[in-house]
Amino acid sequence: MYAYDEIDRTLVNERVSEFRDQVKRRLSGELTEDEFKILRLQNGVYLQLHAYMFRVAIPYGTLATNQMRALAHVARKYDRGYGHFTTRQNIQFNWIKLAELPDALEDLAKVGIHAMQTSGNNMRNVTSDQWAGVAPGEIEDPRIWSELIRQHTTLHPEFSFLPRKFKIAITASDHDRAAIKIHDIGLRLIKNEKGETGFEVLVGGGLGRTPFIAKTIKHFVHGRDILSYIEAILRVYNQYGRRDNIYKARIKILVHELGIEKFSREVEDEWQHIRNSSLQLDDEVIEDIRSRFTYPAYEKLPHMPDELRQAAADPDFEAWRKNSVAPHKVQGYSIVTISLKPTGGPPGDATAEQMDALADLADKYSFGEIRVGHEQNLALPHVAKRDLPALWKALDKLGLATPNVNLITDIIACPGLDYCSLANARSIPIAQELTRRFANHELANLIGRLHINISGCINACGHHHVGHIGILGVEKNGEEVYQITIGGRADENAALGTLIGPGVKFDEVADVVEDIVEAYLALRERPEELFMDTVKRLGVEPFKERVYATR
Amino acid sequence: MTSPLEQKKIRIAGPSVVTANRTWDGIVVYRTAAKSWSAELSEAAIVRNSDEAKALLAEAVADDVGAIGPYIAPVQIGDDGKVLPGNLREQIRRTGVTIGQPAQV
Ligand code: HEM
Ligand code: SF4
Repeated sequence: MYAYDEIDRTLVNERVSEFRDQVKRRLSGELTEDEFKILRLQNGVYLQLHAYMFRVAIPYGTLATNQMRALAHVARKYDRGYGHFTTRQNIQFNWIKLAELPDALEDLAKVGIHAMQTSGNNMRNVTSDQWAGVAPGEIEDPRIWSELIRQHTTLHPEFSFLPRKFKIAITASDHDRAAIKIHDIGLRLIKNEKGETGFEVLVGGGLGRTPFIAKTIKHFVHGRDILSYIEAILRVYNQYGRRDNIYKARIKILVHELGIEKFSREVEDEWQHIRNSSLQLDDEVIEDIRSRFTYPAYEKLPHMPDELRQAAADPDFEAWRKNSVAPHKVQGYSIVTISLKPTGGPPGDATAEQMDALADLADKYSFGEIRVGHEQNLALPHVAKRDLPALWKALDKLGLATPNVNLITDIIACPGLDYCSLANARSIPIAQELTRRFANHELANLIGRLHINISGCINACGHHHVGHIGILGVEKNGEEVYQITIGGRADENAALGTLIGPGVKFDEVADVVEDIVEAYLALRERPEELFMDTVKRLGVEPFKERVYATR
Repeated sequence: MTSPLEQKKIRIAGPSVVTANRTWDGIVVYRTAAKSWSAELSEAAIVRNSDEAKALLAEAVADDVGAIGPYIAPVQIGDDGKVLPGNLREQIRRTGVTIGQPAQV
């Protein structure tokens, strides 16, 4: 866990009283909506179709149980009893009243939660691997660096008024769970030949209207120089960034237009001016942050406890364990992913009761810690293996043990036309239908790892471009139409999907996905060949044929 | 549905209303003929040509304390005179999400 210091707490509290005053002035008419909009966005408040939406940051996806309970409390007291976990380590409340928002913010501030940097053209919350600090083989806990960057960029004037919003993600493992290649800046923590810690820096990734996979701008930046290097990137971006055209103002467009070579030369020049400035990180500063991340007092436990051996006889437990339980860096412990993708449910939603119950389980089985990942699932990061059977039973009672993590029904979907005022089409009901079609977990396991991503408009909040199967809702003559892509991926081999053909209607989407899956099952060379690999080997043609032959 | 937030020119093809979100709680409201806001579509002022639409919208925009983000939305008038939302987006705004909400299922 991370211990906030006094400065953070004061800042958060000041923001709450400032916002309370602003809301009061807005409701009395002293502030117009035009004047107020930027202020509410700075506090995570959007307007959706039916209500305001309130987005709360969960920095690098780490939540303490008292924080989870505070989120449950907000869901219950100020909203309709649930919250929605998003792909950016945020939670959104969909039905919040403006007049009550200051109270909600104040309740959250008591446990150190805030909504800064969740919206607006600023540096957004720095996201990280949800397994940070517990994944085996990780270079170092990436949250240490997320936090250093967060402290430097929070409310820093240069980062508060950017041409557009700006997103950074950090990973420290070979397998990238933070999707760094689709962020404005992606950082991969590595060690150089001398054993020094630093970063491979990637720049210019992003989805939306014009999707790009990030490119490597520098193969190694020493840890102590990372702030100055990021600042150099931001300065070049600020100089060139096109504030005149909202669609072109993202750094990905600039990198694309200048070319990565020219862009990196400019950054390098800028960096030489500032790298030996006060931006250089002292070892003590890094150590101070490092020391604020504490880890549980793990016990010395056997690799294979009796409880686990006995439970292995239960096929239901085994089905869950295979997909939800991952190795931990400490022997005898596991990382448990909690699926927020029940059959027929909206991806990423959790009720206040589930949040509270999960907090209790985390206290009992995970040293009071919960993680939020970009796949809209949660995780318990420190579960003793001997407790897995008991935890599974408890999760199952709560509807939180769907054994589908990383399978076809573990769908990422944006809110779409059911909530979002920018949407062209619905996303959630498509996801719900797909989870019903593939509700048979044996079938889902037979299919293997397959990610479906759904967005309700080109803003791509559901990351459809990088879904193994991507579904994008558009509008044609007043009707919802869906474009299907295949072959995208969001991990270390990130790629954009390819469109398979003309869009299909709302009612046909699930049939089309079934066709694609059937084609894959028929075409794969062996059961271990994943959907991604079959698409890579054969291209989109055979899938296209299968889908459109009868349509 | 192309988002009406991108609505630039005012051109209406049939009966329409002005809709927005109420400022204090964000719920969907409709501009009434009595220069006020109502949560009931049946109480909305119906406009039938661009001039009427422009006038109603201007009046709604001026009431910034009451509701925010006003725009013109199509409606259908049934044989019985009942006013219905003119497209899926407006239907969802009026009747709520098309999916079960977790806390209710
Ligand atoms: C309903 C409220 C939401 C609104 C109004 C909204 C709006 C937007 C807009 C306008 C963009 C494009 C910005 C740009 O390209 O610069 C965007 C991007 C994004 N949104 Fe949302 N969003 C919403 C909900 C969500 C949710 C629920 C998630 C997570 C599941 C999400 C995740 C993202 C991500 C990851 C991007 C970046 C995609 C990229 O790389 O370009 N958003 N959002
Ligand atoms: S992708 Fe479009 S529809 Fe979906 S949440 Fe983002 S802005 Fe809304």
